[in-house]
Amino acid sequence: MTVGLPPFQALVDAHWRDVARLARALAGPVDGDDVAQRAWEKAFAAYPELTSAKNLRSWLLTITARCATDLHRARRPQRPLDEAPPVAIDGPDAGDWPDPDLWRAVNQLPERQRYAVTLKYVGDLDHHGVAAALDTTPAASRRLVSDALATLRRTLGAI
Amino acid sequence: MNDLEARLARFAATDPKPPTFPDADVAYTLHDTAIGTLLLAVAHGRVVASSFADEETMTTRLARAISPRVLRQPRPLDDVRRQLDEYLAGARTEFTVDVDLTLATPFQQLVLTDLRTHTAYGATKTYGELAGALDRPKAARAVGTALGANPVCVVLPCHRVIGASGALTGYAGGLQAKQFLLNLEKKTAVFPPS
Repeated sequence: MTVGLPPFQALVDAHWRDVARLARALAGPVDGDDVAQRAWEKAFAAYPELTSAKNLRSWLLTITARCATDLHRARRPQRPLDEAPPVAIDGPDAGDWPDPDLWRAVNQLPERQRYAVTLKYVGDLDHHGVAAALDTTPAASRRLVSDALATLRRTLGAI
Repeated sequence: MNDLEARLARFAATDPKPPTFPDADVAYTLHDTAIGTLLLAVAHGRVVASSFADEETMTTRLARAISPRVLRQPRPLDDVRRQLDEYLAGARTEFTVDVDLTLATPFQQLVLTDLRTHTAYGATKTYGELAGALDRPKAARAVGTALGANPVCVVLPCHRVIGASGALTGYAGGLQAKQFLLNLEKKTAVFPPS
């Protein structure tokens, strides 16, 4: 084992609060805890196979985002493609969140914008980290985030 | 960062739930005893560490030597913890847990593996005597160094080996801890646990 991975407990101690926070921002307060738990189980299973000890926080948050997507997809009502709305408006309900106006607006964003802006600011990831989590390029991440911020400014300005 | 970005970053999760895990490859716990805090670790049902070293140093060694899936999980340590408490209370003279010397070098393994048969509860041996018993009569100093690196302290009784002059010489948990263990054993050996 030449990679020199730190003991898994060190990752848990350092990052479990960040994972919990991102999971709740992405999936809501109830599902968020399930998402965080599932993310940790996946990370624990995959950990010995990791080939680099770099960016472990970003790796954990990426897994968290994917678990949130999985849950989200599993929950979304199945309907024929041609009946799907043009923009997916199905983020969690933010009625009782802290700063509900803001998060209601975030949760109305198209899914990738919502993920990008949440990963960037709640996850505190740079565009490389956001891009890795969303399987895209840093340039695309930058675009998603700036589009999201523009929409949020418009929506919140109108409240 | 502008206002909107700062508001996004302020998202808070109240009372987050810590994650739970299946059994780790290496489970450890920090156990407070009369001679200090011991980091106890078990892998595959065998004790791999009973150490005075700090948590970060020891868990990093365990991660590199055995598996990075190292977690603070007290339950697999219940047996060794109970035996240690009994031993430290003078209610036990030998340990029945399985030991794995993965963390030790081959020479340290040679010195430590049969330490329990080379030393007796309540008695001491000198480094030279132990070196002789191991057919390395000239290696007293190396034997001392190997004992000093004992990853499974107390369970493997390196505290029973002392200098030729009778001086305690050294101990990972400090000389006071060594003296405590030797006093405990001397007292208990005279009045063995019923």
